[in-house]
Amino acid sequence: MSILEINHIEKSFGQAHILRDISFEMEQGQTVAIIGSSGSGKTTLLRCINFLETPDSGTIRVNGDVILDAAVDKNLTDKEKRDRRLHFGMVFQSFNLFPQYTALENVTLARKLMAREREDYKANKKAINQEIDAIGEELLRQIGLYERKDYYPHQLSGGQQQRVAIARALALEPDILCFDEPTSALDPELTGEVLKVIRSLADKNMTMIIVTHEMAFARDVADKVIFMDEGVIVEMGDSNEVINNPKQERTKQFLSRYTNEGM
Amino acid sequence: MIQILVGFGPMMLKALGQTLLLALLGLFFACIIGLIFGLMNVVKNKACNIIATIFVDVIRGVPMIVLAYFIFFGIPYLWNNMLGIGGMTLTALTAGTICLALNCGAYMAEIIRAGIQSVDKGQMEAARSLGLSYGVAMRKVVLPQAIRTMIPSIINQFIITLKDTSILSVIGFPELVNTTKNVVGITFKSFQAWALAGLMYLVVIIALSRLAKMLERRLNRGRE
Repeated sequence: MSILEINHIEKSFGQAHILRDISFEMEQGQTVAIIGSSGSGKTTLLRCINFLETPDSGTIRVNGDVILDAAVDKNLTDKEKRDRRLHFGMVFQSFNLFPQYTALENVTLARKLMAREREDYKANKKAINQEIDAIGEELLRQIGLYERKDYYPHQLSGGQQQRVAIARALALEPDILCFDEPTSALDPELTGEVLKVIRSLADKNMTMIIVTHEMAFARDVADKVIFMDEGVIVEMGDSNEVINNPKQERTKQFLSRYTNEGM
Repeated sequence: MIQILVGFGPMMLKALGQTLLLALLGLFFACIIGLIFGLMNVVKNKACNIIATIFVDVIRGVPMIVLAYFIFFGIPYLWNNMLGIGGMTLTALTAGTICLALNCGAYMAEIIRAGIQSVDKGQMEAARSLGLSYGVAMRKVVLPQAIRTMIPSIINQFIITLKDTSILSVIGFPELVNTTKNVVGITFKSFQAWALAGLMYLVVIIALSRLAKMLERRLNRGRE
C-alpha cells in the first residue's frame, strides 16, 4: 500500500489554473523530488499536500485513509485540518524559524503546546517537558547542532537555521516530510550542509517529498523524480532515468540548462 | 510665579493627578479595545474586518471634542429624553474615560493591525504546519514579534492620549487645564499659571518617553 496517494488534484487562483489533474503515489521510505521551472506549480502542489492551500478538487490518501477529499471537505474545521496536517512536516524555503525562541525551543514548541492538551499534563508537567526537551536535544544532535541549542535564529548561519527547521519538522514525527526548495535561499557554500542532513534522512528511510533545483542532488538522493511544467506532471519515474535520459521534449529542454553546470 | 506655586501648586498637582488617572483609565480600556478591533481586522472573516474598519473610520473621522460632548451630553439625552427611559447620569470621569478609550482604541487598533501584518506570513504558516491552532499561533508566534515593532508607536499614542485629556476640560472634568483656568480666573496671572501647567505636562511626558526608550532598548536586547 502506498503511504501517499494523490489523485486528480486541481487548483486555481482566480483565473490562473495552477495545478491540472495532478496524480502520483509514493511508497513508505521513498524520496520523491519535484523539479520544474518557477511557476510550474510545484510549490503550490506541496502547499496543497500540507493543507496550507485547499485544492479545488481531488483526493489525498495517507496509508490508504482519505485525509482530504476536496469534494466533501471544503469546510473542514480548524481542528480537523490540524490533525490531518500532522501527517506532514514542512520545511520552508526561507526557514521561518521563530526568532523569539532558541534553536531548542523552536524544535520543542509545538510538542510542548500539544502536551498541554494531555489529561495528565498538570500532574506530570515537569517530567513531560523534560522528556520533550530530551527529544529536542537528540534531534539537534542528529543534525549536528546540539552545542547551538541555546542560540537564537539570528545567531545562526542560514544553513544552520535550515537544519534547525528540519529538526523542528521532525519533532512531530510526521509520516512524510516535505521540503519547499530547502536550499534556494542559501549561499552556495551553505547548501552542502543542508543537503547532507536531507541525505542522511533518506538513508534512514524517511519518506520525503523535495521540491528542488538541485538536479544532481535529486538524481542521487531521490528514488523518483517528478518533472512539472505549467501545472501538469510532464514526466515521472526513476530519478536516474528522468534526469539522465528524459523522454519528453519539454523535460530535455529544462534539464539542458543544468547539464553545463557540472552536474 | 512663587505666589502661584505656593498658593495653587498643591491644587494643580492634584489636578495633574486627575489628568494621570484619566489617562491611565483611558489607556487601559484603549488597549483592550485596540486589541479586539486590531485582531478583528486581521482575521480571515469579512464581517469582522468590516466592523473593525467602520469602527476605526468613524472614531478617527470625528474630532475628540465632538465625541466628548456626544458621550457626555448626547447619550444621556438620548436615553433620558428621547427614549424616555430616564435615570442616566454620566460622571465626567466615566464619560471622559469612554471618550479617551474609544479615541485612543481606534488608533491602537490600527497600530496593532499594522504590527501583526508586518510579521512575515511564513511565521504563521510555519506555526500552522506544526499543528498549532490559529489562536495559539497568533499568541505564541506572531504577536510577540508584532509587539516589538509596535512598541514605539504605542508609546507615541500613549503620549498623545495623555495630552488629549486636556480636551476633556470641556465636559468639566477637574484635570489640569480646567484647574489652571480656575487659577487664572482667581489670580489673573495667566503667564505664570499656564507656564506652570505646561511645565507639569512636560515633566510627565519627558519622563514617560525616557521610560519608553529604556523599555524599547530592553526588549531589543540581544536580538538583531
